[in-house]
This record gives sequence, C-alpha cells and structure tokens, in this order.
Amino acid sequence: MAWTTALGFGERGWGPALLEGAVLTLLVSIAGLAIGAVLGSLVAWSKLSGVRVAAAIGEGYAAIFRGLPELLVVYFVYFGSSAALTGLDHLFGGQGFLGVPGFVAGALAVGVISGSYQAEVFRGAFLAIAKGELEAARAVGMGRWLSFHRIIAPQVLRFALPGLGNLWQVALKDSSLISVTGLSELMRTSQVAAGSTHQPFTFYVAGGALYLALTSISDRVFEFAEARATRGMRREAH
Amino acid sequence: MMDGAFIWETFLRLIVALRVTLSVWALSVFFGAFIAAGVAWMRGSGVKPVEWVARAYVFVFRGAPLLVQLFVVYYGLASFPAVRASIFWSFLRDAFNCATLSCALCTAAYQSEIFRGALAGVPHGQIEAARACGMSGFLLFRRVIFPIALRQALPAYSTEVISMVKATALVSLVTLWDVMSVALKIRNDTLVTYTPLLVAGAIYFVVNYLIARAFIFIEQWLSPHLRARSA
Repeated sequence: MAWTTALGFGERGWGPALLEGAVLTLLVSIAGLAIGAVLGSLVAWSKLSGVRVAAAIGEGYAAIFRGLPELLVVYFVYFGSSAALTGLDHLFGGQGFLGVPGFVAGALAVGVISGSYQAEVFRGAFLAIAKGELEAARAVGMGRWLSFHRIIAPQVLRFALPGLGNLWQVALKDSSLISVTGLSELMRTSQVAAGSTHQPFTFYVAGGALYLALTSISDRVFEFAEARATRGMRREAH
Repeated sequence: MMDGAFIWETFLRLIVALRVTLSVWALSVFFGAFIAAGVAWMRGSGVKPVEWVARAYVFVFRGAPLLVQLFVVYYGLASFPAVRASIFWSFLRDAFNCATLSCALCTAAYQSEIFRGALAGVPHGQIEAARACGMSGFLLFRRVIFPIALRQALPAYSTEVISMVKATALVSLVTLWDVMSVALKIRNDTLVTYTPLLVAGAIYFVVNYLIARAFIFIEQWLSPHLRARSA
C-alpha cells in the first residue's frame, strides 16, 4: 500500500483515525491542564496561606511530582487509580474489580504532573499583584470573596497566562505518554497504524506532524489570549 | 508484601539498571550540548537561510513529543531497506544508540534556546569595554562573553538537565533495560503492584536531587562576586 493511501481518508486509510486521535489528545490535555490548575492553585494557596502544615504538604507534593519521570507517574496513576477505586468499592460492599476509564486516568496523570508546575506559576502571579491594590480593596470594604473575584482572580489569570501557555505545551506533549495505557489518543493511534500497515516511518512522522500542528496552533491561541488579557495595561516606555 | 528483603532485592536490581539510565542521560546531554552550540551559532549567524534551518530545528524537536521522535528513529528508520543496507545501520541497529541519539537531538533544541538567551543576556557594555581594551574574536569570547553567559545559563540549564533524567524513562519503550523497564519487569514477574515503582521513583528522585544540589554548588562557585564578604 502506498503511503498516500495509508494516510488518506479512503476505505483503508488511517486519516480519520489519526484525526480522532488528535482530538482525543487535545481533550485529554485540556482535562489534564484543568485538573492541574485546581491542584496548582491549591498548592499556591497553601504556600501563601502561612499555615505551616499546609505549606509543607503543598511543597512536598510539588517537589515529588517534579522529581519523578513523567512516564513513572503515568504508570503509577494508571495502576493506582483503579486499585483505589476498587478498594473504595469494596468498602461499600462491592466485590469485583473496577477499572478507571483510560481517559480519566490519563487526564489525572497529566494533571498531577502539570499541577506541580502550575503551583509556581500561580504563586508568582499572585505575588506580582501590586500590594496597594489589595489594600485599596480592603479599604473600600471588600470582603475576602469579593476582593478575590474582583481584584485577585482577574490579575492572577493575566499574570499567569505566559507560564500557563508553556505548561499547556508540556501537557500536550506529556499526553503522548498515556499511549502506554492503551488509550487511543494520537500516539497510540500512530502506533497501531504503524503496526498494521508496516509503515512505521510514515505514521510516526505523521503523528509528529499532527503534534506540531497542535502545539503551534495553540501557541497562537495563547498569544492572542495574552494580547487580549493585557490590552488595558500600560506599555513600558522605551 | 512490603517486606524489607524484597525492597532491598528490588533496589539492587534497579541500581544495576541505573547504569543504563545514567549512560543515556550523560551521553545525550553531552552530545546535545555540542549540537545545541551549533544550532545557537546558526541562529545568530545573521545569514537568513541558516537562521531558518536553526529555527526549524528548534520548532520540530521542541514541538513534538520525545516519544514520537524516539519511535521515528528506532522503528521508522529501521523500516527502510536502504537504511539497513547503509553504513549507518551498525549504529542504528542498536536500541541504545537510537535512544541516545533521539534524546540528544531533543535536548539540543532546548539547550540551544538556553544558550541563545544567555548570549543575548551578556550586557553590551561589557563587550564594548573588552573591545576598548583591545580584545576581539576568541579572546573576547573566552574572557568576557563565555563566563558571563555561562553564569546566566546555569539555572535554566540545570532544569533542562534534570528533565532529561526524567525523559530517559522513555527508553524503556524501545527494549532498553533502564530503571523504568526493570521496575516494570519486576512488577510483572512478582505481581507486587507498587513497591517496584516506588523504589524506582525514589531512585529517580534522589538522582535528580543530587544533580540539583551539584548545580547549586557550581552556581555558587562560579559567582564569587555575589558571596557575602566575611570582612
């Protein structure tokens, strides 16, 4: 089979499967980034809270997951989440084995890794808010919640955008490791296609090209978002 | 399940496998640095086509996951009869060489950006001053540009070097017996779910910690002017 047929959209072509894989890669990375954002902001908050125990836990989590190979984390989350779910089920009287769906385990793995890095991004973004703004908010009588959602959250998001953009790219690439769990995202689909057509070069290069498309398009999106988020800010005079 | 003897035995087997992990890591970082220096030089050469090649290199090797690159080299290239007949085959037939090559090519893209940033960060006044003293060419580079750039590159460089230790875990997927794959094999053979992975994790963690400490030490050693004076 010619490589054009193999990659194409015909009856025996792998084109649709690869595109579906790319969409799944995109979805699992978005879910991972979102989970990472929750974990990361919790850790950032724990470090800023001044509560020693909370800070130590947050610090420990971030240090551990930044120090472990991503592949090891993927295996660990994959094996561990199913065992945890089964254990929980047994507590409530269940008997069989409960597997966590591959998508959930994958998003969780990417999220746990991303969260350990996002913590620093959010912490830095919070510290970049001018102190006077927080004081001013308090001075006009804003409570904790009101000042959080009117003053802190919008600015943290704005300052965190460049860092989040980098971590999005990392999440996108880390998601390729989920292929070891059998989830048919882009990497796994490329592997299956390479195996069944005996054209590994064609399909790994095609897979790589699709990853490049994803990273470069999303890079544009983040650039646009950054330009929009900072449109009200004064430019530094040169 | 979590008995000491089993942990010890696992630890010993993983420490033996650590040699493979560290070999791939050290060789790829070492050769990657040379490729990176070349790419950074091309990027700053001022000749447009040469600059584009360097940009394209960084775009491709940073934008695609290392796993894809590794598979293109290991499975992809080997699928061509022409490659198998060429003189490169004695090199490419070995999984270790393929793994080291892909890791080196990938880290080179990241390292070249670090070098580029560090070179751009050398204050212009320093270079002017050196020129005013009559330095130029290699002397200027060796005495002024390189030492300043090196100090500026170190923090980012240590991050990249540590992330390469973690990245070498991927070579377990191309039949190499590194720490990751030996841990998985012990897991499969003994059906002990977590212990092998935990021991492997501890080994990676300690290795990364030691590398991070070493870089902090080098940084302090290279920045005597920032140290508090005792007098």
